[in-house]
Amino acid sequence: MTEPAAAVPAPLAAPRTDLTDGEWHRLHPATPLLRGGIFMVAIIGFIVANLRERLIDLFIGEENYGGDPIDEIYQRGATGWALLIIAGILLVILVAFYLSWRMHTFRVNGEVVEVRSGLVFRSHRKARLDRVQGVNLARPLIPRLFGAARLEITVAGQDGNVQLAYLGSKLADDLRRDILHLASGLRQARQPGTAPDAPGALAAAAQPLPGDSAAPPLIGPPTAHSALGDFATARFNEFRAPELDPDAAPPESIVRIPPGRLIGSVVLSGFTVFLLLAGVGLIISVIAGSSGWVLVAVLPGLIGSAGYYFSRITKTLRFSIAGTTDGVRVGYGLLSTSSQTLPPGRIHAIKVSQPILWRRFGWWQISINTAGQTSGRSSGAVTSTTLLPVGTLADVEKVLQLALPGFDTDAHRALVENGMLGGRKRDAGLADFYSNAPARAVWLRPFSWWRTGWAVSGPVALIRRGVLSRDLILVPLARMQGVRISQGAVRRRLRLASADLHTVAGPVSASLSVIDVEEALVLFEWMSTGAVRSALADTSHHWSRTATPVPATEATE
Amino acid sequence: MPDPDLTDVNLPAALPPTADLPEPSKRLELADVGEWKRVSPKYVLVEIVGTIVNAVVVCGGASLLWLLLDATWAMWVGIVVLVLSIINLIFEPRRVRSIGYLLRADDLLFRRGILFQRFVAVPYGRMQLIDITRGPVARWLGLADLKFVTAAATAGVSIPGLAEADAESLRDRLVELAESRRAGL
Repeated sequence: MTEPAAAVPAPLAAPRTDLTDGEWHRLHPATPLLRGGIFMVAIIGFIVANLRERLIDLFIGEENYGGDPIDEIYQRGATGWALLIIAGILLVILVAFYLSWRMHTFRVNGEVVEVRSGLVFRSHRKARLDRVQGVNLARPLIPRLFGAARLEITVAGQDGNVQLAYLGSKLADDLRRDILHLASGLRQARQPGTAPDAPGALAAAAQPLPGDSAAPPLIGPPTAHSALGDFATARFNEFRAPELDPDAAPPESIVRIPPGRLIGSVVLSGFTVFLLLAGVGLIISVIAGSSGWVLVAVLPGLIGSAGYYFSRITKTLRFSIAGTTDGVRVGYGLLSTSSQTLPPGRIHAIKVSQPILWRRFGWWQISINTAGQTSGRSSGAVTSTTLLPVGTLADVEKVLQLALPGFDTDAHRALVENGMLGGRKRDAGLADFYSNAPARAVWLRPFSWWRTGWAVSGPVALIRRGVLSRDLILVPLARMQGVRISQGAVRRRLRLASADLHTVAGPVSASLSVIDVEEALVLFEWMSTGAVRSALADTSHHWSRTATPVPATEATE
Repeated sequence: MPDPDLTDVNLPAALPPTADLPEPSKRLELADVGEWKRVSPKYVLVEIVGTIVNAVVVCGGASLLWLLLDATWAMWVGIVVLVLSIINLIFEPRRVRSIGYLLRADDLLFRRGILFQRFVAVPYGRMQLIDITRGPVARWLGLADLKFVTAAATAGVSIPGLAEADAESLRDRLVELAESRRAGL
């Protein structure tokens, strides 16, 4: 708690923040307000609900609000007391907000990110930088309007994330870059005064020190500029271009999703099928003469489904994916934006899939398993495991190149394409790189046996399966946790077995339901030795150290 | 083994076409991996007690429903559970004998099951923690269960019925092996 200058948006000129100096810093002063935003809305809602009759009266003029609390107070002549109580409550809230902001501090050094928070129940969270699974920069709508952002450092395990909510937008961008640099194994060169003019700029921009500030800083985010116009322009620019990242490699997305395709993909989903079936069922039940209660029960659900479509579409609008030096960066969101950086080697499994409704259009989806899941809101979790909401074959290839660096030769591409489209039947003449299930598997997988197969290429295992939803699963062996083969009574009759590659939890399950017995043993051997060898060769936990050893040595003091 | 060269990827060509061969083995059996280590024979008792307790609870509940509430379906449920439990008890010794584990150079192998067979391989480096638990019956017999937990969603490897001293030495050995082969997540 030495330097309270943390809450200041860093001047643009500064090459990087000085938040990673290992000292304790504070968050954006509007944090409690933004975090408690919903709470405030609830209180206002409560008050408005109580005043409703009075408001109606104001416009319509009907004398009919006897017994509402405000009237009661007024009649008893207790207005003064009531105002005093309200003022007292406000004061308590303000003080609590201020104190919670004072107590909420974080620090970043070469090893860890730490957050301390809490007034009564203190909590202290630490994340080791070499175990960072991803860095997520989210800007929910309201904080975004205020120019604030939430930086979430994902580590393995349930609910193990370190959240820095909220930071100034620009600051959060810079801090993300710094954290990723530190995590990559590069030692950041620590310049005392970032740039010649930086200390001055910082001082000018500095918040009133908590010691001498009479009023708690609740008025909104501070800016270096005093003029409201500048503030608005800055906000507007941020709003338009949420990914201002001057030196981070190509910020340009490698995939463009036309809005038409996106809307089409959301409409052509299993949910729509379910909805149509429900609608047909409803019509039948009405015709059959059931009473109106069915309609009453179902209608809210129908209205809710419209909300589902809307949120799905707005969430994936403006999707972008790009490769940076610190990993894959995935951004999405129209109103609330989010951008997630996955350092190299943090992807545990990849699934390329195509629901049957998408087949006519040739659309594919890519989802992944990562060790750290974005905590909290389930809506965020859905998107953080989607690497491509909808794309063509070419898009899939581009994204896979990012997700699996080094998996991009022509042969690999053929392997992937074969896994997505191919099968034993179709490619009778062509070379099929997959080891397929035998024909007797038709008893267990009547439709998909001919494309149920597997292959291993270098450090990646591939599983091809499914015909209703065509799936191709890629598992980097260095990340695989274990392999299992099993056989029950039915499969024994058919001389078959099933195989599972264990990965961390997520939407992708790498299992192969039918495989020849002999082949299952081969797979078991290949996978288990491959897992060990790939892990030995893997150096992705400090990805920059091997790539650029020169700056690393020079920078270590 | 796994080779970046794609020509090696084509596995099925390397394998003989199984259809023409004179009936190969239907069972899953890992060839030449070495001698499987078996769990303590006393573990059969733990399983038997567990099955009996289970059967008594379910059958007791079912007969209560049957006698007090006159629910005939409950009787059938009770009978089915009873028959299944008896079959279970008959096969218990064989089932326990089928449990085995093996410490290879770089990974831990585990097998169990006769009707539903399964083999699991977990590289030592993927270990997150090792759990040793003792149930009441197992403790009375001086046995312990050892669980090898990885980051995977599906539970790693769980070896039941080890003598307590064995479980502890195995744990220390596994931790030591994992330390030397540590792989980050």
